Parts: sequence; C-alpha cells; structure tokens
Amino acid sequence: MSGAEFVPLSLTPMLIGVFAAIACALPGNFLVLRKQALIGDAISHVVLPGIVVAFLVTGSVAAGPMMLGAAAAALVAVVLIELIRRLGKIETGAAMGVTFTALFAGGVLLLERSDTSRVHLDVEHALMGNLESLIWLDATGWHSLLDPQALAGLPNELLRMAIVLLFIVTLMFVFWRPLKIATFDEGFAHGLGIPTNAIGLGLVMTAAIAAVAAFDAVGSIIVIAMFICPPAAARLMTDHLKAQIWWSVGFATLSAILGYVLAGYGPLWIGRSDSVSAAGMIATVSGVILALAALAGPRRKGLTA
Amino acid sequence: MLWQALTLQLGYNATLVTLGALLLGVAAGGTGTFLFLRKRALVSDAISHATLPGVGLAFLVMVALGGDGRNLAGLLFGSAITAWLGLLTVQWLNKHTRLSEDSAIGAVLSVFFGAGVVLLTVIQTMSQGRQAGLDSLLLGSTAGMLFSDAAMIAAGGAVVLALALLFRRPMTLVAFDANYAAANGLNVSRIDLLTMGLVLAVTVVGLKIVGLILIVALLIIPPVTARFWTDRAEEVWLISGAIGGAAGYLGAAISASAPNLPTGPIIVLVAFALFTVSLFFAPARGALSSVLRHRRFQRHVHRRQGLLALANGLPIYERYTMRLLSQEGLIRPDGVATKIGERQAASAMQDEHRWRLLREMPAHEDIAARYDGLSGLETILTKDQLRDLDAKLAEGKT
Repeated sequence: MSGAEFVPLSLTPMLIGVFAAIACALPGNFLVLRKQALIGDAISHVVLPGIVVAFLVTGSVAAGPMMLGAAAAALVAVVLIELIRRLGKIETGAAMGVTFTALFAGGVLLLERSDTSRVHLDVEHALMGNLESLIWLDATGWHSLLDPQALAGLPNELLRMAIVLLFIVTLMFVFWRPLKIATFDEGFAHGLGIPTNAIGLGLVMTAAIAAVAAFDAVGSIIVIAMFICPPAAARLMTDHLKAQIWWSVGFATLSAILGYVLAGYGPLWIGRSDSVSAAGMIATVSGVILALAALAGPRRKGLTA
Repeated sequence: MLWQALTLQLGYNATLVTLGALLLGVAAGGTGTFLFLRKRALVSDAISHATLPGVGLAFLVMVALGGDGRNLAGLLFGSAITAWLGLLTVQWLNKHTRLSEDSAIGAVLSVFFGAGVVLLTVIQTMSQGRQAGLDSLLLGSTAGMLFSDAAMIAAGGAVVLALALLFRRPMTLVAFDANYAAANGLNVSRIDLLTMGLVLAVTVVGLKIVGLILIVALLIIPPVTARFWTDRAEEVWLISGAIGGAAGYLGAAISASAPNLPTGPIIVLVAFALFTVSLFFAPARGALSSVLRHRRFQRHVHRRQGLLALANGLPIYERYTMRLLSQEGLIRPDGVATKIGERQAASAMQDEHRWRLLREMPAHEDIAARYDGLSGLETILTKDQLRDLDAKLAEGKT
C-alpha cells in the first residue's frame, strides 16, 4: 500500500487507537491488581448521560463541554457508588450495578426526549465510536508529516489523545511509589503515611479521564476492553509490576494496530467489499491475546502454582 | 392516559408489553436474589453483554439457511449459546488463572460485546441485513411486538419463575454459605450453574423488552432494594420479585402512556426510584431508621452513664448527657440531682449491683451474657428471681 493512501486514511485513526489503548491500559494495570476492574465498566456506562446533559446544557456537540460533562458524570457515579455502598451497607459490585444501570437508563431517556436530530449523538455512537472517520484529509503522503500546512489539518482527537496519554504517563511517574505500595499493601502504605483513600480516588479519576478522552474517539467498548484485557494478559506473563506494565503497553498497541488492520483490510482479503467495526475488532483482538496468555502465559497460575 | 395504561386499556400491543414486562420483572427479581446473596451480581453483566455475538451469528445462520433472519426465537437461541460460553469463560478464567472474578467479568463482557459489534457491522452491509434492526436488542424495543414474541417472553418468564421456586432452598443455602451447603451434601458447583442458567434465561427473555445493556438492572436492583426491608432470605426473595414485577408493570405502563418514553430505561428508572425510597425509608435497614436507631442507642448510653455518675456523686461534664438529664427533669441546671433524679439514679445503681452479682452466679451464665450496660434486669428476670437476687445482695452487704 502506498503512503499516499495509508497516511491520510489509516495513519491517524491507527495512532489515535494506539494512544487511546495505552492511556486506558496504564491505569487499568492498577485497577486489575486492586480488583476494581469493573470501575472501568461503570465509568464507561455513565459517560453517556454525562455527554447528553452536556449537550442539553450547551446545545452543541463540541469536544470541550462533552468531555467536561462525561468527567462530571464519572465523578457523580463514583460518589454515588460509594454513598450507596456506605448508606445501604451493600457490597461494591451490587452498588455499582445499581448506579451505572440507573444512570445509563437516565441518559438513554434524556436522549430520547430531547431533539438530537440535527447532531450526531446516539447510543450506538457512544458504544462503538467512530474511529474510521478520524481521517487526515490534508495529507497526501509520508512527506505531509513534515508539512506544517497539512499538519494543521490533523484531527483534533489525535492531539487531545496524545496530551491525555502524556498526562497519564506523567502522573504514573510522579506517583509511582505511593501508588505501588498502596496497591499491594494498603495497611503498610497507611503506616508510611501515604493517603491511601486519596490515591484510590485519584486512580479512579485518572481512569475516568482516560475513559472520557478515549470514549470521544473510539467509543466505550474499546475503553472497557483496554482497561482490562491488556493488563490482565500482562499479569499472566510476569510477576513484576514494571514488566507487567510494559507487557500491557505492548499488548494494547498490538491490539489497536492489529484490530484496526483486520477491521479495515481483513474483509478485503476474504473478498468482501465493506470494512467492519474497528472498535469491535480491536476489543476482539485484545480478547484473543488474553485467551492466548491464559492458555500459555508463563505466570498464568500465579506464585503458588 | 397513564391511568388507562395502568388498567391495561391502551390497546392490544400496550397490554401485551405491560403483562410481559410484569412477568419478566418478577422472574428477574426472584432470580437476581440468589445472584445478589451469592455476591456475584455483576456476573450477570458479563452474561448479558455476551448475548450480542450470538444474536449476530444466529441472524447469519438463519439467513444462510434461507430463513427469516429476524425470527425472535432463533435470535434468542443464538444469544443463549454465546451467553453460556461467556459464563463458562468467566468461570474458567477465575478458576484456572490468577485473574480475579472482576477482571474475568470485564474481559468477557468487553470482548464478547466487541465481537458482537463486529458481527453487527457485517450484517449491516448485507443486502438482507439492512432492515434487520438487530441493534434494537441493545436497548430493547417494544414497538410492534408480535403476539408470538410476547407469548414467548411470558412463557419464558413463567418457566424461570417455576424453576426458581422449585430450587429456591438449595440455591438460598449455597448463596449464604457454600461450605455449609457442601457439608450438607449439596453439589455446590452444579447449583451455582443452575442459578447462572436461570439468570441467563432471564437475560435472554428480557432482550426484547429491556435490551441487553439494561437487563442487569432488573437482576440487581430489586434484590438490593428488597434487602432493605427484611433480614430473612425467603422474604427477600418474595419482596424482590414483587419489586421487579412492580417496576416492570409500572415502567411499561408509563412508557405506553406517552411517546418518546423508551420501555427499558423507564422500567429501570422506576426500579431505581423504588430503590432510592427504600434506601432511605425502609424500616428494617434503611438509612433513616439506622440513624434513628443509632440516636436512640446513644441516648440510652448517655442517660444510663449520667444516672450512674449521679448515684456515685460524680460531677457530669459531658454536655449531651447534661442536656438529656435536665430535659427529663433529673438534674437542676447546676448539675445537682432532683428528687426524681436521685430516685432513678438509685434504681440504676441497684440494677448495676444486681447485674454484678448475677455475673458471679454460674446458674445465670446465659443471662449474664446479655449484659450490655443498658437494659434493666427487671426486663429479663421474673419477680421471684429478682427477690432472690436482692436477698443475696442484702446478705453480701451485711
């Protein structure tokens, strides 16, 4: 395939997919280790009511208000889950199930009741994203990467996703030690004076930021899949946290690229004309990777086995 | 309009949907109880998302065989197969790898759903698939429901309900204490599988009305709500079924009473409203009654300790205790006991003496265990026993 075709049509969606996958997989490592994997599931469900409310308030589908609305919804969900858990004395899983389904139902209802016919805002879009549409029309080939005029036409999502990824990487570097200790031994962390509750909430909020940014570009299926599958597969490969994180980054990248290629070009190879959902395919590939790791990963049984 | 909907006078289709939703709600609430008590509520989320690839595959197979791809029975059959696969995957990952159940649930739900989305996009590009409307199963759709569809949903709900009734004892036992159940000769893993099978059946039956994303709400919210009203498992079961049924019935009726009110989300929101009311106001475990119970307990402790301090002639500094005692006219503003106060303090002191003596008597061992520093012994012992005790007390003093 020539650069003239690849760069405008596939390079940017692929890069956005990779950035989104890594941004979700990084906090996902800690969520999986802390047995909070389903927080990611809950957050990605409540993003829908968040953006619907943001749309109703501002009347536009601009990225800024959408992301703010989604982030606010994530915060509301986390607080509600904690409130219901404490007030009602019920286990976290059930509290989560109550919260995110109710918020999601509210989002769908609001969407149905409001006039969204002139804008592109629907449940399918929220679930599946529109990775394929994030193309770079100003590019004509590889040389466009050095052409400032063409670079100005890059999709906004690419820059936004890159910034969020950078932000998350920075946070992980800065809070590496407390985060690590609080994840593996909360009591010890407490004894050292590390504010474990704040670390926990910070992690969840970081996950929410990753989810919200990624959701805008790639839809919530990828978000949940990338929170859980690459870190889970990485966990089956190694006992060391640093190595696990590198594995998860590798798996996330592989899922994004392979998934995108299979979705875009796979159908052509077997003689069909239309591509399939890239978001769905990326999630599927990450699942295949996890399945392989579960069947053959060197540390799949854990330390005791 | 709403009244007509509630009394089933809005026409054939609305009546079908409302009755179907009622049965579905009862079945989901009843079945969800075991899942909730087993602390595995979110497994249902994996099951429900895993139905999507099955729907797509069933459509493709039915079209390939030359049939109508939209046949609901066929679609539901396909969805049941992949949901079962998803469930087995969760259990396999949990058992054979170091991953915990929540990771397994999240992985299965996202991957199966992603694969389902891929299949849906394949179907959308097929010539037969354009009007398939399979995505209506994501959020449920009750518009233009056929009688055969409604009959199938009702029959499915009834079968699930009957099975749940039949096996409620072993399932409750396993949900509460799996080890005890195993020691009693029950096959725990088989009963777990039965519970999950019923959950799966509810999910599949509910796809048409509530949709696969929200069906978990009907499995989780009613039992959590019912738990606020009682501490007895059999009652949780009944109340949960009633709440599920009420949410289904009211939700479907409200949704039929005006346009643009999607059935699934309305049912979920009705259930959530019932949950919120119960969370605060349920008498058994609601937040309000907990607060009141706590306050009552606090008042008892302060009153008792205040009275004992009066009896011992100790000054009281604690503000709440002083306010409590002076409100009841037991002390004067300067902290000195009134006549009634002295009498009550003396009786509190006597009660403490009785308890102390009682604790030294092996014969009353079981009663002594009930000492909490609050309740008077006269509420526990008979008059004769009290007289004996007082006689012994008097002996001890002389």
